[in-house]
Amino acid sequence: MLEVKDIYKSFGDFPVLKGISTFFEKGKTSMVIGQSGSGKTVLVKCMLGLFEPDSGIISYDNRIFKDLDENERREIRQEIGMVFQGSALYDSLTVEENVMFPLKMFTNKTRAEMIDRANVVLNRVNLVDKNHLFPSELSGGMKKRVAIARAIVMNPKYLFCDEPNSGLDPKTSIVIDNLIKEITQEFDIITVINSHDMNSVMEIGDKIVFLKNGIKAWEGSKDNIFETDNEAIVDFVYSSNLYKKIKQAHLKGL
Amino acid sequence: MNYLHHIGAYFLMLREVFKKPQKWKVFWEMLFREIDDLGLKSLGITAFISFFVGGVVSIQTALSVESPFIPKYLIGFATMRSVVLEFAPTFISIILAGKVGSFITSSIGTMRVTEQIDALEIMGINSINYLVLPKVIAALFFYPILLAIAMFLGILGGWVAGLITELFFTEDYLFGVQLDFNPYIIKYSFIKLVVFAFVIVTIPAYHGHKVEGGALEVGRASTKAVVWTSVVIILLNYFLTQMLLG
Repeated sequence: MLEVKDIYKSFGDFPVLKGISTFFEKGKTSMVIGQSGSGKTVLVKCMLGLFEPDSGIISYDNRIFKDLDENERREIRQEIGMVFQGSALYDSLTVEENVMFPLKMFTNKTRAEMIDRANVVLNRVNLVDKNHLFPSELSGGMKKRVAIARAIVMNPKYLFCDEPNSGLDPKTSIVIDNLIKEITQEFDIITVINSHDMNSVMEIGDKIVFLKNGIKAWEGSKDNIFETDNEAIVDFVYSSNLYKKIKQAHLKGL
Repeated sequence: MNYLHHIGAYFLMLREVFKKPQKWKVFWEMLFREIDDLGLKSLGITAFISFFVGGVVSIQTALSVESPFIPKYLIGFATMRSVVLEFAPTFISIILAGKVGSFITSSIGTMRVTEQIDALEIMGINSINYLVLPKVIAALFFYPILLAIAMFLGILGGWVAGLITELFFTEDYLFGVQLDFNPYIIKYSFIKLVVFAFVIVTIPAYHGHKVEGGALEVGRASTKAVVWTSVVIILLNYFLTQMLLG
Protein backbone atom coordinates (compact mmCIF):
# COMPACT_ATOMS: atom_id res chain seq x y z
CA MET A 1 0.00 0.00 0.00
CA LEU A 2 1.11 3.57 -0.71
CA GLU A 3 0.25 5.87 2.14
CA VAL A 4 0.56 9.60 2.66
CA LYS A 5 0.05 10.95 6.17
CA ASP A 6 -0.44 14.57 7.10
CA ILE A 7 1.62 16.06 4.28
CA TYR A 8 2.38 19.76 4.43
CA LYS A 9 4.26 21.59 1.71
CA SER A 10 4.81 25.32 1.22
CA PHE A 11 6.71 27.36 -1.35
CA GLY A 12 8.05 30.40 0.47
CA ASP A 13 5.14 31.72 2.54
CA PHE A 14 2.57 30.10 0.29
CA PRO A 15 1.15 26.83 1.65
CA VAL A 16 0.24 24.41 -1.15
CA LEU A 17 -0.55 21.21 0.75
CA LYS A 18 -2.19 21.49 4.17
CA GLY A 19 -2.21 18.13 5.89
CA ILE A 20 -3.14 15.62 3.19
CA SER A 21 -3.66 12.02 4.31
CA THR A 22 -4.81 9.15 2.15
CA PHE A 23 -3.78 5.73 0.84
CA PHE A 24 -3.67 3.92 -2.49
CA GLU A 25 -4.20 0.19 -2.93
CA LYS A 26 -2.89 -2.53 -5.22
CA GLY A 27 -4.83 -3.38 -8.35
CA LYS A 28 -6.88 -0.20 -8.11
CA THR A 29 -6.78 2.90 -10.25
CA SER A 30 -6.76 5.88 -7.90
CA MET A 31 -7.38 9.37 -9.19
CA VAL A 32 -6.17 12.59 -7.57
CA ILE A 33 -8.45 15.30 -8.91
CA GLY A 34 -8.96 18.99 -8.34
CA GLN A 35 -8.90 22.35 -10.05
CA SER A 36 -5.67 23.81 -11.37
CA GLY A 37 -3.66 25.07 -8.40
CA SER A 38 -5.36 22.73 -5.93
CA GLY A 39 -2.05 21.04 -5.12
CA LYS A 40 -2.47 17.70 -6.91
CA THR A 41 0.75 17.97 -8.93
CA VAL A 42 2.69 18.99 -5.82
CA LEU A 43 1.20 16.02 -3.93
CA VAL A 44 2.23 13.61 -6.68
CA LYS A 45 5.71 15.18 -6.90
CA CYS A 46 6.06 14.75 -3.11
CA MET A 47 5.09 11.10 -3.48
CA LEU A 48 7.65 10.69 -6.25
CA GLY A 49 10.37 12.30 -4.14
CA LEU A 50 10.82 15.23 -6.53
CA PHE A 51 9.72 17.58 -3.73
CA GLU A 52 10.59 17.07 -0.07
CA PRO A 53 7.44 17.66 2.06
CA ASP A 54 7.81 20.16 4.94
CA SER A 55 6.28 17.55 7.24
CA GLY A 56 4.35 14.31 7.04
CA ILE A 57 5.07 10.77 5.95
CA ILE A 58 5.06 9.03 2.60
CA SER A 59 5.23 5.29 2.96
CA TYR A 60 5.78 2.77 0.16
CA ASP A 61 4.66 -0.61 1.57
CA ASN A 62 5.74 0.46 5.06
CA ARG A 63 9.03 1.96 3.83
CA ILE A 64 8.97 5.55 5.02
CA PHE A 65 10.55 7.58 2.21
CA LYS A 66 12.11 10.33 4.31
CA ASP A 67 13.87 7.80 6.56
CA LEU A 68 15.59 6.04 3.67
CA ASP A 69 19.14 6.66 2.52
CA GLU A 70 19.94 7.52 -1.09
CA ASN A 71 20.46 3.88 -2.15
CA GLU A 72 17.17 2.74 -0.59
CA ARG A 73 15.37 5.65 -2.24
CA ARG A 74 16.92 4.66 -5.56
CA GLU A 75 15.58 1.12 -5.07
CA ILE A 76 12.06 2.48 -4.54
CA ARG A 77 12.41 4.72 -7.57
CA GLN A 78 13.21 1.66 -9.66
CA GLU A 79 9.87 0.22 -8.55
CA ILE A 80 8.06 3.30 -9.86
CA GLY A 81 6.80 3.81 -13.39
CA MET A 82 5.78 7.30 -14.45
CA VAL A 83 3.75 8.52 -17.40
CA PHE A 84 4.24 12.25 -17.86
CA GLN A 85 1.73 14.75 -19.21
CA GLY A 86 3.91 15.43 -22.25
CA SER A 87 5.15 11.80 -22.37
CA ALA A 88 8.77 12.94 -21.67
CA LEU A 89 10.27 10.58 -24.22
CA TYR A 90 13.95 11.07 -25.02
CA ASP A 91 14.07 12.86 -28.36
CA SER A 92 17.39 11.40 -29.43
CA LEU A 93 16.28 7.80 -28.86
CA THR A 94 13.98 5.65 -30.97
CA VAL A 95 10.79 4.12 -29.58
CA GLU A 96 12.63 0.88 -28.85
CA GLU A 97 15.58 2.64 -27.22
CA ASN A 98 13.22 4.74 -25.08
CA VAL A 99 11.50 1.62 -23.80
CA MET A 100 14.81 -0.18 -23.29
CA PHE A 101 16.34 2.76 -21.42
CA PRO A 102 15.44 1.67 -17.84
CA LEU A 103 16.57 -1.89 -18.65
CA LYS A 104 19.88 -0.56 -19.90
CA MET A 105 20.42 1.53 -16.77
CA PHE A 106 19.31 -0.95 -14.13
CA THR A 107 19.67 -4.48 -15.43
CA ASN A 108 22.44 -6.62 -16.87
CA LYS A 109 20.32 -8.02 -19.69
CA THR A 110 21.91 -8.56 -23.08
CA ARG A 111 20.82 -6.36 -25.96
CA ALA A 112 18.76 -9.21 -27.43
CA GLU A 113 16.97 -9.75 -24.12
CA MET A 114 16.26 -6.04 -23.82
CA ILE A 115 14.83 -5.90 -27.33
CA ASP A 116 12.63 -8.92 -26.54
CA ARG A 117 11.33 -7.29 -23.37
CA ALA A 118 10.74 -3.97 -25.17
CA ASN A 119 8.76 -5.80 -27.84
CA VAL A 120 6.64 -7.54 -25.19
CA VAL A 121 5.60 -4.26 -23.57
CA LEU A 122 5.19 -2.46 -26.90
CA ASN A 123 2.87 -5.24 -27.99
CA ARG A 124 1.04 -4.91 -24.69
CA VAL A 125 0.29 -1.26 -25.41
CA ASN A 126 -0.70 -2.21 -28.97
CA LEU A 127 2.17 -0.42 -30.63
CA VAL A 128 3.73 -2.60 -33.28
CA ASP A 129 6.15 -1.83 -36.12
CA LYS A 130 7.06 1.55 -34.66
CA ASN A 131 10.25 0.44 -32.89
CA HIS A 132 12.63 2.44 -35.05
CA LEU A 133 10.68 5.68 -35.19
CA PHE A 134 11.72 8.73 -33.18
CA PRO A 135 9.28 10.48 -30.80
CA SER A 136 8.93 13.39 -33.25
CA GLU A 137 7.47 10.95 -35.79
CA LEU A 138 4.69 9.74 -33.47
CA SER A 139 1.16 11.02 -32.79
CA GLY A 140 0.18 12.16 -29.27
CA GLY A 141 -1.62 8.88 -28.56
CA MET A 142 1.34 6.82 -29.74
CA LYS A 143 3.72 8.84 -27.56
CA LYS A 144 1.50 8.09 -24.56
CA ARG A 145 1.59 4.39 -25.39
CA VAL A 146 5.38 4.47 -25.61
CA ALA A 147 5.49 6.33 -22.28
CA ILE A 148 3.25 3.65 -20.72
CA ALA A 149 5.43 0.91 -22.23
CA ARG A 150 8.56 2.55 -20.78
CA ALA A 151 6.82 2.93 -17.41
CA ILE A 152 5.92 -0.77 -17.17
CA VAL A 153 9.03 -2.29 -18.75
CA MET A 154 10.68 -2.84 -15.33
CA ASN A 155 7.50 -4.42 -13.86
CA PRO A 156 6.86 -1.53 -11.47
CA LYS A 157 4.95 -1.84 -8.22
CA TYR A 158 3.71 1.73 -8.47
CA LEU A 159 2.51 3.55 -11.57
CA PHE A 160 2.00 7.31 -11.58
CA CYS A 161 0.31 9.11 -14.47
CA ASP A 162 0.21 12.88 -14.76
CA GLU A 163 -2.74 14.01 -16.88
CA PRO A 164 -2.45 10.99 -19.18
CA ASN A 165 -5.20 12.27 -21.50
CA SER A 166 -3.94 15.78 -21.86
CA GLY A 167 -3.91 16.80 -25.52
CA LEU A 168 -5.64 13.63 -26.75
CA ASP A 169 -8.94 13.35 -28.62
CA PRO A 170 -11.85 11.77 -26.66
CA LYS A 171 -11.60 8.42 -28.45
CA THR A 172 -7.85 8.05 -27.88
CA SER A 173 -8.35 9.21 -24.27
CA ILE A 174 -10.69 6.30 -23.63
CA VAL A 175 -8.21 3.87 -25.20
CA ILE A 176 -5.38 5.19 -22.98
CA ASP A 177 -7.64 5.14 -19.87
CA ASN A 178 -8.64 1.54 -20.50
CA LEU A 179 -5.03 0.57 -21.15
CA ILE A 180 -3.96 2.01 -17.79
CA LYS A 181 -6.86 0.28 -16.05
CA GLU A 182 -6.07 -3.08 -17.68
CA ILE A 183 -2.37 -2.81 -16.84
CA THR A 184 -3.17 -1.93 -13.22
CA GLN A 185 -5.28 -5.05 -12.81
CA GLU A 186 -3.08 -7.33 -14.90
CA PHE A 187 0.16 -6.43 -13.09
CA ASP A 188 -1.61 -5.88 -9.73
CA ILE A 189 0.09 -2.53 -9.21
CA ILE A 190 -0.77 0.65 -7.35
CA THR A 191 -1.78 3.26 -9.92
CA VAL A 192 -2.16 6.93 -9.06
CA ILE A 193 -3.46 9.23 -11.76
CA ASN A 194 -3.37 12.98 -11.48
CA SER A 195 -6.20 14.33 -13.59
CA HIS A 196 -8.98 16.85 -13.98
CA ASP A 197 -10.66 14.95 -16.78
CA MET A 198 -14.03 13.86 -15.40
CA ASN A 199 -14.52 11.38 -18.26
CA SER A 200 -11.43 9.50 -17.04
CA VAL A 201 -12.56 9.71 -13.44
CA MET A 202 -15.93 8.18 -14.25
CA GLU A 203 -14.42 5.64 -16.64
CA ILE A 204 -11.60 4.12 -14.57
CA GLY A 205 -11.48 5.79 -11.11
CA ASP A 206 -11.70 3.05 -8.48
CA LYS A 207 -10.79 5.58 -5.82
CA ILE A 208 -11.03 9.34 -6.07
CA VAL A 209 -9.18 11.86 -3.90
CA PHE A 210 -10.45 15.39 -4.43
CA LEU A 211 -8.17 18.27 -3.45
CA LYS A 212 -9.27 21.85 -2.99
CA ASN A 213 -6.91 24.65 -1.98
CA GLY A 214 -4.37 22.15 -0.67
CA ILE A 215 -6.84 20.25 1.50
CA LYS A 216 -8.33 16.83 0.88
CA ALA A 217 -11.93 17.94 0.44
CA TRP A 218 -13.39 14.52 -0.36
CA GLU A 219 -12.50 10.93 -1.11
CA GLY A 220 -14.51 7.94 -2.23
CA SER A 221 -15.38 5.84 -5.25
CA LYS A 222 -16.88 7.06 -8.50
CA ASP A 223 -20.27 5.66 -7.42
CA ASN A 224 -20.11 7.67 -4.18
CA ILE A 225 -19.87 10.85 -6.23
CA PHE A 226 -23.52 10.48 -7.22
CA GLU A 227 -24.65 10.17 -3.62
CA THR A 228 -22.44 12.67 -1.86
CA ASP A 229 -23.64 15.99 -0.54
CA ASN A 230 -20.11 17.37 -0.19
CA GLU A 231 -20.42 20.82 -1.75
CA ALA A 232 -16.82 21.04 -2.95
CA ILE A 233 -16.90 17.84 -5.03
CA VAL A 234 -20.44 18.47 -6.23
CA ASP A 235 -19.40 21.94 -7.42
CA PHE A 236 -16.36 20.52 -9.18
CA VAL A 237 -17.99 17.52 -10.79
CA TYR A 238 -21.29 19.08 -11.73
CA SER A 239 -19.84 22.19 -13.26
CA SER A 240 -20.57 20.26 -16.47
CA ASN A 241 -24.22 20.08 -17.60
CA LEU A 242 -23.62 16.56 -18.85
CA TYR A 243 -22.82 15.34 -15.34
CA LYS A 244 -25.75 17.24 -13.88
CA LYS A 245 -27.98 15.24 -16.21
CA ILE A 246 -26.19 11.98 -15.40
CA LYS A 247 -26.65 12.63 -11.69
CA GLN A 248 -30.33 13.40 -12.10
CA ALA A 249 -30.71 10.19 -14.11
CA HIS A 250 -28.74 8.26 -11.42
CA LEU A 251 -30.96 9.64 -8.63
CA LYS A 252 -34.06 8.68 -10.59
CA GLY A 253 -32.61 5.18 -10.88
CA LEU A 254 -32.43 5.30 -14.67
CA MET B 1 23.62 38.19 -3.65
CA ASN B 2 22.04 36.67 -6.75
CA TYR B 3 25.47 36.13 -8.30
CA LEU B 4 26.70 34.45 -5.13
CA HIS B 5 23.67 32.16 -5.20
CA HIS B 6 24.46 31.14 -8.79
CA ILE B 7 28.15 30.60 -8.07
CA GLY B 8 27.23 28.40 -5.09
CA ALA B 9 24.66 26.47 -7.12
CA TYR B 10 27.20 26.01 -9.93
CA PHE B 11 29.74 24.45 -7.56
CA LEU B 12 27.07 22.24 -6.02
CA MET B 13 26.26 21.08 -9.54
CA LEU B 14 29.94 20.27 -10.12
CA ARG B 15 29.89 18.05 -7.04
CA GLU B 16 27.12 16.00 -8.67
CA VAL B 17 28.90 15.95 -12.03
CA PHE B 18 31.97 14.20 -10.64
CA LYS B 19 30.19 11.32 -8.95
CA LYS B 20 30.80 7.80 -10.23
CA PRO B 21 28.60 7.04 -13.27
CA GLN B 22 25.72 4.72 -12.43
CA LYS B 23 26.50 2.41 -15.32
CA TRP B 24 29.87 2.52 -17.08
CA LYS B 25 28.54 0.90 -20.25
CA VAL B 26 25.97 3.66 -20.67
CA PHE B 27 28.59 6.28 -19.77
CA TRP B 28 30.95 5.08 -22.57
CA GLU B 29 28.09 5.16 -25.08
CA MET B 30 27.22 8.70 -24.02
CA LEU B 31 30.88 9.71 -24.14
CA PHE B 32 31.29 8.65 -27.78
CA ARG B 33 28.04 10.41 -28.69
CA GLU B 34 29.28 13.59 -27.01
CA ILE B 35 32.67 13.38 -28.73
CA ASP B 36 30.74 13.38 -31.98
CA ASP B 37 28.30 16.16 -30.97
CA LEU B 38 30.73 18.49 -29.20
CA GLY B 39 34.01 17.62 -30.88
CA LEU B 40 33.81 16.18 -34.37
CA LYS B 41 30.94 18.47 -35.35
CA SER B 42 33.06 21.47 -34.33
CA LEU B 43 35.98 20.40 -36.46
CA GLY B 44 34.81 22.18 -39.62
CA ILE B 45 34.22 25.59 -38.07
CA THR B 46 37.46 25.35 -36.06
CA ALA B 47 39.50 24.49 -39.16
CA PHE B 48 37.85 27.22 -41.24
CA ILE B 49 38.35 29.97 -38.66
CA SER B 50 41.91 28.94 -37.76
CA PHE B 51 43.06 28.84 -41.37
CA PHE B 52 41.71 32.29 -42.21
CA VAL B 53 42.75 33.91 -38.93
CA GLY B 54 46.30 32.65 -39.55
CA GLY B 55 46.12 34.17 -43.03
CA VAL B 56 44.87 37.51 -41.75
CA VAL B 57 47.53 37.69 -39.03
CA SER B 58 50.35 37.04 -41.51
CA ILE B 59 49.02 39.58 -44.02
CA GLN B 60 48.54 42.24 -41.32
CA THR B 61 52.02 41.59 -39.95
CA ALA B 62 53.55 41.68 -43.44
CA LEU B 63 51.87 45.00 -44.18
CA SER B 64 53.11 46.42 -40.87
CA VAL B 65 56.78 45.53 -41.45
CA GLU B 66 57.45 47.17 -44.76
CA SER B 67 60.63 48.76 -43.43
CA PRO B 68 63.75 47.14 -44.99
CA PHE B 69 65.39 47.17 -41.54
CA ILE B 70 62.86 44.71 -40.13
CA PRO B 71 63.54 41.14 -41.26
CA LYS B 72 60.75 39.35 -43.13
CA TYR B 73 61.06 36.24 -40.99
CA LEU B 74 59.37 38.28 -38.27
CA ILE B 75 56.09 37.65 -40.12
CA GLY B 76 56.36 33.89 -39.52
CA PHE B 77 57.52 34.46 -35.97
CA ALA B 78 54.63 36.83 -35.15
CA THR B 79 52.04 34.60 -36.85
CA MET B 80 53.21 31.52 -34.97
CA ARG B 81 53.29 33.34 -31.63
CA SER B 82 49.86 34.97 -32.15
CA VAL B 83 48.22 31.76 -33.29
CA VAL B 84 49.73 29.51 -30.62
CA LEU B 85 49.50 31.89 -27.68
CA GLU B 86 46.17 33.52 -28.28
CA PHE B 87 44.18 32.88 -31.42
CA ALA B 88 44.07 29.10 -31.28
CA PRO B 89 43.16 28.62 -27.59
CA THR B 90 41.14 31.75 -26.83
CA PHE B 91 39.54 32.58 -30.17
CA ILE B 92 38.51 28.97 -30.74
CA SER B 93 37.15 28.74 -27.19
CA ILE B 94 35.00 31.84 -27.70
CA ILE B 95 33.66 30.37 -30.95
CA LEU B 96 32.98 27.04 -29.20
CA ALA B 97 31.30 28.86 -26.31
CA GLY B 98 28.79 30.14 -28.87
CA LYS B 99 28.39 26.97 -30.87
CA VAL B 100 28.70 24.23 -28.26
CA GLY B 101 27.54 26.32 -25.31
CA SER B 102 24.20 27.20 -26.86
CA PHE B 103 23.75 23.58 -27.98
CA ILE B 104 24.35 22.29 -24.45
CA THR B 105 22.05 24.82 -22.77
CA SER B 106 19.24 24.38 -25.26
CA SER B 107 19.41 20.58 -25.29
CA ILE B 108 19.51 20.24 -21.49
CA GLY B 109 17.03 23.12 -21.06
CA THR B 110 14.57 21.48 -23.45
CA MET B 111 14.94 18.21 -21.56
CA ARG B 112 14.15 20.12 -18.38
CA VAL B 113 10.99 21.86 -19.67
CA THR B 114 9.69 18.71 -21.37
CA GLU B 115 10.09 16.75 -18.10
CA GLN B 116 12.74 14.41 -19.55
CA ILE B 117 15.04 15.31 -16.66
CA ASP B 118 12.24 14.61 -14.16
CA ALA B 119 11.81 11.24 -15.88
CA LEU B 120 15.50 10.47 -15.29
CA GLU B 121 15.33 11.51 -11.65
CA ILE B 122 12.18 9.53 -10.93
CA MET B 123 13.96 6.45 -12.27
CA GLY B 124 16.69 7.13 -9.70
CA ILE B 125 19.25 8.46 -12.18
CA ASN B 126 21.50 11.35 -11.18
CA SER B 127 20.56 13.55 -14.14
CA ILE B 128 23.49 15.96 -13.77
CA ASN B 129 26.04 13.17 -13.66
CA TYR B 130 24.34 11.28 -16.50
CA LEU B 131 24.06 14.31 -18.80
CA VAL B 132 27.05 16.49 -17.95
CA LEU B 133 29.96 14.18 -17.07
CA PRO B 134 30.25 12.63 -20.57
CA LYS B 135 30.21 16.14 -22.04
CA VAL B 136 32.98 17.33 -19.71
CA ILE B 137 35.17 14.30 -20.45
CA ALA B 138 34.47 14.55 -24.20
CA ALA B 139 35.50 18.22 -24.22
CA LEU B 140 38.60 17.66 -22.08
CA PHE B 141 39.65 14.81 -24.33
CA PHE B 142 38.80 16.23 -27.74
CA TYR B 143 39.37 19.98 -27.48
CA PRO B 144 43.16 19.61 -27.15
CA ILE B 145 43.02 17.72 -30.47
CA LEU B 146 41.00 20.61 -31.93
CA LEU B 147 43.61 23.00 -30.54
CA ALA B 148 46.47 21.12 -32.20
CA ILE B 149 44.58 21.20 -35.51
CA ALA B 150 43.78 24.90 -35.04
CA MET B 151 47.45 25.73 -34.38
CA PHE B 152 48.62 23.81 -37.42
CA LEU B 153 45.97 25.28 -39.71
CA GLY B 154 46.53 28.80 -38.39
CA ILE B 155 50.24 28.64 -39.25
CA LEU B 156 49.44 26.95 -42.57
CA GLY B 157 46.88 29.68 -43.32
CA GLY B 158 49.56 32.30 -42.73
CA TRP B 159 51.91 30.59 -45.17
CA VAL B 160 49.20 30.15 -47.85
CA ALA B 161 48.30 33.86 -47.50
CA GLY B 162 51.95 34.71 -48.16
CA LEU B 163 52.00 32.50 -51.24
CA ILE B 164 48.87 34.12 -52.62
CA THR B 165 49.72 37.74 -51.81
CA GLU B 166 53.47 37.40 -52.42
CA LEU B 167 54.11 39.64 -49.43
CA PHE B 168 56.88 37.36 -48.11
CA PHE B 169 58.87 34.29 -49.08
CA THR B 170 58.25 30.77 -47.86
CA GLU B 171 61.82 30.42 -46.55
CA ASP B 172 61.48 33.58 -44.41
CA TYR B 173 58.12 32.49 -43.10
CA LEU B 174 59.26 28.98 -42.16
CA PHE B 175 62.44 30.33 -40.57
CA GLY B 176 60.35 32.76 -38.50
CA VAL B 177 57.94 30.04 -37.42
CA GLN B 178 60.83 27.96 -36.04
CA LEU B 179 62.78 30.90 -34.64
CA ASP B 180 63.35 30.94 -30.87
CA PHE B 181 60.87 28.10 -30.44
CA ASN B 182 59.97 27.54 -26.81
CA PRO B 183 57.90 24.38 -26.14
CA TYR B 184 56.47 26.00 -23.00
CA ILE B 185 54.18 28.20 -25.10
CA ILE B 186 52.54 25.06 -26.50
CA LYS B 187 52.11 23.73 -22.95
CA TYR B 188 50.68 27.10 -21.85
CA SER B 189 48.22 27.02 -24.74
CA PHE B 190 47.04 23.49 -23.91
CA ILE B 191 46.63 24.34 -20.21
CA LYS B 192 44.49 27.33 -21.14
CA LEU B 193 42.36 25.28 -23.50
CA VAL B 194 41.72 22.51 -20.98
CA VAL B 195 40.48 25.10 -18.47
CA PHE B 196 38.35 26.78 -21.15
CA ALA B 197 36.95 23.40 -22.29
CA PHE B 198 35.75 22.74 -18.76
CA VAL B 199 34.06 26.16 -18.64
CA ILE B 200 32.54 25.77 -22.14
CA VAL B 201 30.67 22.66 -20.97
CA THR B 202 29.84 23.30 -17.33
CA ILE B 203 28.49 26.87 -17.44
CA PRO B 204 25.99 26.16 -20.26
CA ALA B 205 25.05 22.86 -18.57
CA TYR B 206 24.31 24.76 -15.35
CA HIS B 207 22.12 27.27 -17.21
CA GLY B 208 20.30 24.49 -19.07
CA HIS B 209 19.69 22.39 -15.99
CA LYS B 210 18.07 25.20 -14.01
CA VAL B 211 15.68 26.39 -16.74
CA GLU B 212 12.08 26.79 -15.65
CA GLY B 213 9.25 27.59 -18.03
CA GLY B 214 9.10 27.00 -21.76
CA ALA B 215 10.78 27.66 -25.09
CA LEU B 216 11.29 31.36 -24.37
CA GLU B 217 13.16 30.62 -21.14
CA VAL B 218 15.31 28.02 -22.92
CA GLY B 219 16.25 30.67 -25.50
CA ARG B 220 17.05 33.21 -22.79
CA ALA B 221 19.11 30.66 -20.88
CA SER B 222 21.12 29.86 -24.04
CA THR B 223 21.93 33.53 -24.58
CA LYS B 224 22.86 34.00 -20.94
CA ALA B 225 25.04 30.88 -20.99
CA VAL B 226 27.00 32.06 -24.05
CA VAL B 227 27.52 35.53 -22.55
CA TRP B 228 28.68 34.19 -19.17
CA THR B 229 30.89 31.52 -20.69
CA SER B 230 32.59 34.16 -22.87
CA VAL B 231 33.04 36.51 -19.91
CA VAL B 232 34.54 33.76 -17.76
CA ILE B 233 36.87 32.67 -20.58
CA ILE B 234 38.13 36.22 -21.05
CA LEU B 235 38.71 36.67 -17.30
CA LEU B 236 40.40 33.28 -16.93
CA ASN B 237 42.52 34.06 -19.97
CA TYR B 238 43.85 37.12 -18.20
CA PHE B 239 44.55 35.33 -14.91
CA LEU B 240 46.07 32.25 -16.56
CA THR B 241 48.34 34.41 -18.70
CA GLN B 242 49.44 36.32 -15.63
CA MET B 243 50.04 33.07 -13.72
CA LEU B 244 51.73 31.06 -16.45
CA LEU B 245 53.65 33.68 -18.38
CA GLY B 246 53.86 36.60 -15.98
